[in-house]
Amino acid sequence: MTLLAVDDITVSYGRLTALRGVTLKIAEGEVLFVTGPNGAGKSTLLNAIAGVVPAGSGSITMDGAKVTGASPEDIARRGFSLVPEGRNVFGALSIEENLKVGTGMRADRHKIAGDLESVYAEFPMLADRRHTAAGMLSGGQQQMLVIGRALMTAPRIMAIDEPSLGLAPKIIDQVYEILVRLRAQRKLTLLIVEQSSTRAMMTGGRMILIRGGRIVLEGAAADMIKDERLKQAYFGFGDH
Amino acid sequence: MTAVLQIIFDALSLGSLYALGALGIALIFGVMRLVNFAHGDFIAFCVFAMLWPSIDATAVVFAGMLPFYLLIPLLLMIGAALSILSEIVVFRRFRNTNPATMMIASFALGFVIRHLMLMLYSSRPKSITLWPSLGLPVDFLGAHIPMLQVVTIVITLAALAVLVLFLKRTRYGLEMRAAAENFTMARMLGVRANGVILLAFAISGMLAAAIGLILATISGTADINMGANVMLIAFIATVIGGLGSVPGAVAGGFIIGAASVVFQATLPHDARVFRDAFVYGAVIVVLLVRPQGLFAPKSAKQRV
Repeated sequence: MTLLAVDDITVSYGRLTALRGVTLKIAEGEVLFVTGPNGAGKSTLLNAIAGVVPAGSGSITMDGAKVTGASPEDIARRGFSLVPEGRNVFGALSIEENLKVGTGMRADRHKIAGDLESVYAEFPMLADRRHTAAGMLSGGQQQMLVIGRALMTAPRIMAIDEPSLGLAPKIIDQVYEILVRLRAQRKLTLLIVEQSSTRAMMTGGRMILIRGGRIVLEGAAADMIKDERLKQAYFGFGDH
Repeated sequence: MTAVLQIIFDALSLGSLYALGALGIALIFGVMRLVNFAHGDFIAFCVFAMLWPSIDATAVVFAGMLPFYLLIPLLLMIGAALSILSEIVVFRRFRNTNPATMMIASFALGFVIRHLMLMLYSSRPKSITLWPSLGLPVDFLGAHIPMLQVVTIVITLAALAVLVLFLKRTRYGLEMRAAAENFTMARMLGVRANGVILLAFAISGMLAAAIGLILATISGTADINMGANVMLIAFIATVIGGLGSVPGAVAGGFIIGAASVVFQATLPHDARVFRDAFVYGAVIVVLLVRPQGLFAPKSAKQRV
C-alpha cells in the first residue's frame, strides 16, 4: 500500500528552482534511498514533504490524504518524522528531554515509557548519560540521539537527511547497521537521503538519483550501484 | 550592618521587579525572536484596568475594590488576555518577518495601547491606594524593611519557582524550551507553533500584570508611562543575561537592580543624580567584554 505519494512537485526559492516536477511513491515497509550530487535538491525534497518549505505546484499525499500546504506539526502528527541534515539536537536539553519532545503529540500515551526503554536498549550509550545536555555529545552520539528521538514519535515513515554527514566511516557503518536492524525489527518505512550512494548496499530497497531538481534514474539499489550512469551523474558528463 | 541589610533588601526588591520584566521579554523572544516593546504598555494597561475610565485626577477605583484573592487572579487574566490578543491580532501576521520588523510592530502596538489609555483616562497621573498596610515597615535584624519589599521578593521567588517547575516538569514547558532552541525542529516533532507562542504570550502577560500590581502598590499612582522605564531596564537585563536565555534574564534583572542600588548608596552625593549613567556605563563594559551576554544560550553555537 502506498504510504507517501509525491506527485509532480516543484519548489522554488525566489528565482532559483530547486525541484522540477518530482514524482515518487513509498509503500509501507519500504526503503527508498535518494541520492545525487551536492545541490541536486535532495534536502529540498525532504523539507517539502515535511512542510518546512512550501511546494509551488504538485501535491503530496500521505495515506491518501492530501498534505500539501499542511504545517510541519500536522505532517509530523500524521507520522512523517524527519531527521534533518546537521541533526539539530536541542543542545541545552538533556538526552531524555530530547527524546520526549516528540511524544507530546502521541495519543497512545501509555506506550511512551516502554518506547523510551526500548530506545535506551537500542542505544545503551544514551541510557548511561540520559541527564547529560545533548550538546555535550559527539557527532556520532548526536546522530544516534536524533534517530532515537524520531523513533519516540512512533513514526510511520522515518526520513533521514545525510546521516553520515561529518562522521567517521566506522561510525557511519554503525548508524546504518542500526537503521537496517530497526527496519527489520519494526517494519519501519525509511526514506534516506545521502550524497554518497555506497551505503545503499547495506539498506537495499529502491534507489532514486536526483540531479538538477529532477529524478534522472530510478531502480533497485543493488542494480543502480553498478550502473555507470550513476557515476556520470556526479561528474556531470552525459545528458540528462 | 543595618545599612548593608537595607541595601540588600533594596537591591533584591528592585532586582525582582526587573527580573519579572526581563522574564516576560525573554520568554517571547525565546519562541519568536520578538523583542516586545509593548510590554511596558501591557504593565500600565493592567494598572489602569483597576480604574473606571475618567479624566478626573482622583481615580474611581473599580476592580481595585475587590479583595486581593479576587483582584490578583483577575488582573493576571487581564494581562494574559491582552497579551494573547496582541499575538493573534498583531504579531501573528509578522511571524516570519525579520526581527527588526517585529520590533517596530511592537512599538506601534505600544503606541496604540498608550493612546487608547490617554483617550480613556487622560495623561494625568492618578492616585491609587492598594493595600496601604503593605507600606508599614517590619523589623528584620534591626533594619526597617517595608513590608512591600518583602512581599515583592517573595512574589518574585514564588513566580520563578512556578515557572521553573512549569518549564522543567511539564510537557508544555519542555515543548517551549525545545521551541526556544530550534523552532522548526520542534514543529517537525509535532509541537504546535501557535500553542507554544500563545502560551509564552499568556505567561508574559501575567508577568506584566504582576509588575503592574507591584508598581501601583509601591508608587500609589497610576501613570500611563509607568511601565516604560521598567520595560527599558528589563530589556537591557535580557541583553546582559544573553537574549533568549531564561536564567540569564532573571540574573540580568537582579544584577541591574543591585547595580542601581549600590551606585545609589555609594556614589558621592553630587554624582547620585547621574546614577543611571553609571549603571548604563557598567552595562556597556559588560557588553564589551561579553557581547553575547553573560549566559548566552548553548543553542547559539551548534556542534557538527
